[in-house]
Amino acid sequence: MATVTAPRQSKDRVARVARRSLWLMRELPVIPLLVLAMLTFVAIFAPVLAPHSKLDPVKPTQAQCMARYEMANCPYVDNLPPFWLPQSSFSVPLGTDYLGRDILSRLMYGARISLVVALIGTLAAGVIGTWLGVLAGYLGGWWDQIIMRITDAWLTLPSLVFAILLSSVRGPGLWNVVLILTLVFWSRYARIVRGGVLGLREQDFVKLAEINGVKKRRIIWRHIIPNVMNTVMVVFSLQIGVAVIIEASLSFLGVGVPPPEPSWGLMMAQERESLMEGRWWLAVFPGVCITLLVLSANMLGDWLRVRLDPQLRNR
Amino acid sequence: MRTFLLTRAFYSVITLWLLVSIVFGLVRLTGDPVKMKAEAGADEAYMQQLRQDWGLDQPVYRQYTNFLGNLVRGDFGHSFTKSLAVRTIYFDRLPNSLKLGLAAFAISMLLGVPLGMLSALKPNTWLDSLGKMFALLGLSMPGFFIGLVLVIIFGVELGWLPVLGKGRSAFVWGEPSTWVTFWFQDWQYLAMPAFALGWYFSGAMLRITRSSMLEVIGSDFIKLMRLKGIPEWVVMAKHALKNSLIPILTLAGLNLLVMINVAVVIEVVFNWPGVGQLLYDALVNRDFPMVQGVVLMSGLLIVVLNFVIDVLYAYTDPRIRLSR
Repeated sequence: MATVTAPRQSKDRVARVARRSLWLMRELPVIPLLVLAMLTFVAIFAPVLAPHSKLDPVKPTQAQCMARYEMANCPYVDNLPPFWLPQSSFSVPLGTDYLGRDILSRLMYGARISLVVALIGTLAAGVIGTWLGVLAGYLGGWWDQIIMRITDAWLTLPSLVFAILLSSVRGPGLWNVVLILTLVFWSRYARIVRGGVLGLREQDFVKLAEINGVKKRRIIWRHIIPNVMNTVMVVFSLQIGVAVIIEASLSFLGVGVPPPEPSWGLMMAQERESLMEGRWWLAVFPGVCITLLVLSANMLGDWLRVRLDPQLRNR
Repeated sequence: MRTFLLTRAFYSVITLWLLVSIVFGLVRLTGDPVKMKAEAGADEAYMQQLRQDWGLDQPVYRQYTNFLGNLVRGDFGHSFTKSLAVRTIYFDRLPNSLKLGLAAFAISMLLGVPLGMLSALKPNTWLDSLGKMFALLGLSMPGFFIGLVLVIIFGVELGWLPVLGKGRSAFVWGEPSTWVTFWFQDWQYLAMPAFALGWYFSGAMLRITRSSMLEVIGSDFIKLMRLKGIPEWVVMAKHALKNSLIPILTLAGLNLLVMINVAVVIEVVFNWPGVGQLLYDALVNRDFPMVQGVVLMSGLLIVVLNFVIDVLYAYTDPRIRLSR
């Protein structure tokens, strides 16, 4: 009989899994996912896709040099307008910046910086924060008191202020920004994960494992961590947007990613004077890029939160 | 109630002490302030002098106790670049930040709370989606980008509003004549930075108002009132709103503090001489005691506010004070 019932069960199982995954995919945020995928693609293949160098000025044509300087040869032409304005050229579709560098290429490499910094920073913070939250929640007692008091104190400072304090000591630098994001953000994971673990600890399957004499380390790895992963993923996706904004803000203030690297925030800071002369696009292009990235990450995060957090599901 | 107050006060002091220790520890772990100050090829004697001035030649535990002792006496150290006490400079800038913060706060409340209520009253309609989009955009656009776009539109293209500074009105602690006029003059300078700062927070207010209202609307006592036939608008305006106010007001209070203390990028974009710009200038000039002072000040204010909020909660809700 077993041989007869087994396939039927597995068929049901397949159907159940399919139904469940279909249900999970309901209202999937397609546009944000597409935007994120596109930005990631551009970031990975920036060296192939970018039409020009990110650091060197674009070699101008003779006509451009004549139009600007009335000379046949010039090293570069700065502040070329984007394609819809007169005097633009299609080899530099979004124009050039104040040093004659191609804006489009710099934006592409900028995606790389934003994504790398935000992803690594948030991931490192997630690993540390989750681990401390699990320790505090599961071990309880003094561990809990010490870790949570430190977390609370850590959370009192607004993240940008905290980041500025650390960057005032570390100075500018890409990896410094990653370190700063890690140091600032771990506490958010710790607080939320600990709350989840406190609930899990009282559940029957954890109690049973304890009664059966399973080692604490094994309980944490097999039962606690897999069950808090949902929460961690929600926090992770919501923190990425914040991390991108913090990186852009630090770079805008001149203590994030140092020039000449093309960070979006830095590009906006460098074009303050162009704004006053009417070249608004120089600040708007990077700003739109930041907004698109953060907006998509936030929408994905909101969707995940509604999907993965049962208390919010029916709102 | 008294035990509760004492416990909360004790926790606040612990939090404050830990915060100060974290700042002390991280600063010393992540780098040497003297090296940073004297990076551009300063000679050894000068660096030695600096070390002595800051007490960095002493053992770490002595440094720590000195640091704590000075803070307890309200001494945040001296600025490098301005040779004034950090505290004096901070309190000179505070009224400007307060003005910007209050204006942004007003905007965030006036936009966020009514929109959030409307979204909650008509969930899953076009109004709700509009509110959602407004909040999402506010939360996703960096403040300096909103600021720059406003400058481009209203400052450069239309020329309606001044793009920099805070106007002529100044607040002077010793001159009572400025205490009132300061808040009402030169508002055209205030409009753009206040909106750029306020949008983010109105997004946050909208979200919390909406979710808090939805939670209350779904609760049993609202259902009972509806069953009793009380007019819908009375139920909403009188009972639902009142009961959903606590989280809204908590977030509003915290937001106000955050706006006053961290409007760094906005103040830099608009050259607004508040605490945020002070922090930025200190950062650029590598004025380390100033950075540390401003950061500790904002931490202190937030811990105090959290304590006040806890006390108010306990005062209004007996369940909270009895559970501990």
